Amino acid sequence: MTENFVTIRNLHFYYRDHVIFDGVDLDIPRGKITAIMGPSGTGKTTLLRLIGAQLTPDQGSVDVDGQAIHHLSRSALYQARRKMGMLFQSGALFTNLSVFDNVAFPIREHYRLPESMIYTLVLLKLEAVGLRGARHLMPSELSGGMARRVALARALALDPQLIMYDEPFTGQDPITMGVLVKLIKTINNTLGTTSIIVSHDVPETASIADYIYLLADGKVIGHGSPETLQQSSAENVNQFLKGLPDGPVPFNYPCNTLTDDLFEEDRP
Amino acid sequence: MIGFIARLGTAGIHVCEAIGRSGWLLVRSIIRKPNFRHGFPALIEQIYSEGVLSLVIILVSGLFIGMVVSLQGYNVLEKFGTTPALGQLLALSITRELGPVVSAILFAGRAGSALTAEIGLMKATDQLSSMEMMAVDPLHRVIAPRFWGGFFSVPILATIFTTIAIYGGYLVGVHWLGVDNGAFWSGMQSNVDFRIDIVNGIIKSIVFGFAITWIAIFQGYDCVPTAEGISRATTRTVVYSSLVILGLDFVLTAMMMGGW
Amino acid sequence: MGKQRYTDFIVGLFMMAGIAAFVFLAIKVSGLTTFSESGTYRVKAAFTNIGDLKVRAPVTIAGVKIGRVTAIDLNPQDFKAVITMEIDNASDHIPTDSTANIFTAGLLGANYISIAPGFDETFLKNGGEIENTNQALILQNLIGQLLFSLKNPDKNTKESS
Repeated sequence: MTENFVTIRNLHFYYRDHVIFDGVDLDIPRGKITAIMGPSGTGKTTLLRLIGAQLTPDQGSVDVDGQAIHHLSRSALYQARRKMGMLFQSGALFTNLSVFDNVAFPIREHYRLPESMIYTLVLLKLEAVGLRGARHLMPSELSGGMARRVALARALALDPQLIMYDEPFTGQDPITMGVLVKLIKTINNTLGTTSIIVSHDVPETASIADYIYLLADGKVIGHGSPETLQQSSAENVNQFLKGLPDGPVPFNYPCNTLTDDLFEEDRP
Repeated sequence: MIGFIARLGTAGIHVCEAIGRSGWLLVRSIIRKPNFRHGFPALIEQIYSEGVLSLVIILVSGLFIGMVVSLQGYNVLEKFGTTPALGQLLALSITRELGPVVSAILFAGRAGSALTAEIGLMKATDQLSSMEMMAVDPLHRVIAPRFWGGFFSVPILATIFTTIAIYGGYLVGVHWLGVDNGAFWSGMQSNVDFRIDIVNGIIKSIVFGFAITWIAIFQGYDCVPTAEGISRATTRTVVYSSLVILGLDFVLTAMMMGGW
Repeated sequence: MGKQRYTDFIVGLFMMAGIAAFVFLAIKVSGLTTFSESGTYRVKAAFTNIGDLKVRAPVTIAGVKIGRVTAIDLNPQDFKAVITMEIDNASDHIPTDSTANIFTAGLLGANYISIAPGFDETFLKNGGEIENTNQALILQNLIGQLLFSLKNPDKNTKESS
């Protein structure tokens, strides 16, 4: 049993002509909460999809639980994915199924259990996210925060060893955020799962993460525990964590100077 | 000029790529050993939402098409004094062409567009990705039942359409315009051949069902996952399906007439 | 699960409707097995010209369908068309001296066989033959004769007088 659940080495990934990752090294320690942070558009979600082998890297290796995930056969990959749970940004609940059936879906797909046992399992999962009372509702009747909690219950349904949270706090009100922060922390503590949080909400993530990786321009620009990063003197790390409008990441989209544009020959 | 040729070439490459991708999608979705425990209930559900829910539009349009063919046919035949041939005219035009073609086009508009929109929306809201992360292959769980549902529904709908259209034509011809009942049916029976007319009509509708559902699932699965992308994909499903139906109809008719 | 049962039931009905429609098309529209129930017997008749009579054309008595044509062959000796027809067992009292005519439904419609019953006491049996036949009225021949008589009115009147 290796110490790191996920090991990423020298990862390169291109989307059409864009370089998304240009040599990224990451270690996700077992049983800890690791946060991956960075400005929008740095490919944080892409990283999660690479770990889940929904995308294939152009170069480099991704090992999950000691297996090179991109070199597995199809059936072995599907076995490996049973160890992972992923919480999508939108929740991605199946809109034609009720809350109960959504949570029961992965269990029904993979195990042949009597309906009474499924009932017990689903109720326990829903209880863990505090939505046992909402089991008869349809996804369209849920608020955004509730949908995310149901999706979390569904991600937990197969008792995964690794849970990936894709932007769990984005667009939530402070109360929901508090609820989600507490849930992620509790799940990590009680179940001992390895957690990866992708986020750009600095205070919430910093409050629960054991270790933070900062990504920008396809590279890791800083990593360490929340405390060490806060005290970092690197300019780009500081800009992101403190939310400064201008710095190494410029305020303006790259272009000519304003004077050039204003006095350009083909202006209207 | 060179730019134009280059653009034409690019378009051609895109078309070839799309055909390749759609073929690959179809192969990956349907070639596998069947899973009765999950597959069968999913198939029933899809036959319900694609076939049964299309029944109303099929019944109503079938009835009216039969009625109008009967009315038009009667007016022409009357000039030659051969109104008893109405049954034959009605049955041949409907079993050979109108039944399979019109029901397939209606199916493309009613169910094919819904298929594309549903799959596209599932893609846009990450439902397909999340299924993949739950170690469930969406091609088997989502795409395959939808494909087979359409594939089985279209011939059934076309058969029902043909029957109801002939009944509509019978109502107008015999009960309203007063064509002789016996001549109507016996003219039909002596001129409609089971193998050449009825079975070939059903073969056509099977081919159309295959084509429509293939186009619909591919457009849904391949769409740009935005509101605009889904609406474009839905439009493309209806347009491409209709064109493919009419084109295939010509090819199939030529093959069938050629003694195939 | 109640919803699932409902869906199954409706889909079952849908498929049964499809099968019923198919059976309707096979029997009522294409006349695939119209006479199989009470059985049939075969009768032959030789015609000098059958026009465009086709296999599966109806055989009628007094306008009522009693059978259909199953085969058309040429007798190489006397160059007559030999029609084999299947007649429903229900009408087994057709006198042997009946006459078989080939008529056209309407002016341009399909040809069919009409049997005009005779007065004989013996009846047609399986494998029997209708001796008296009238050939089909060929429209082209009629028109040809008409045109011919219009072109040569003098000759025509002379001949008739």
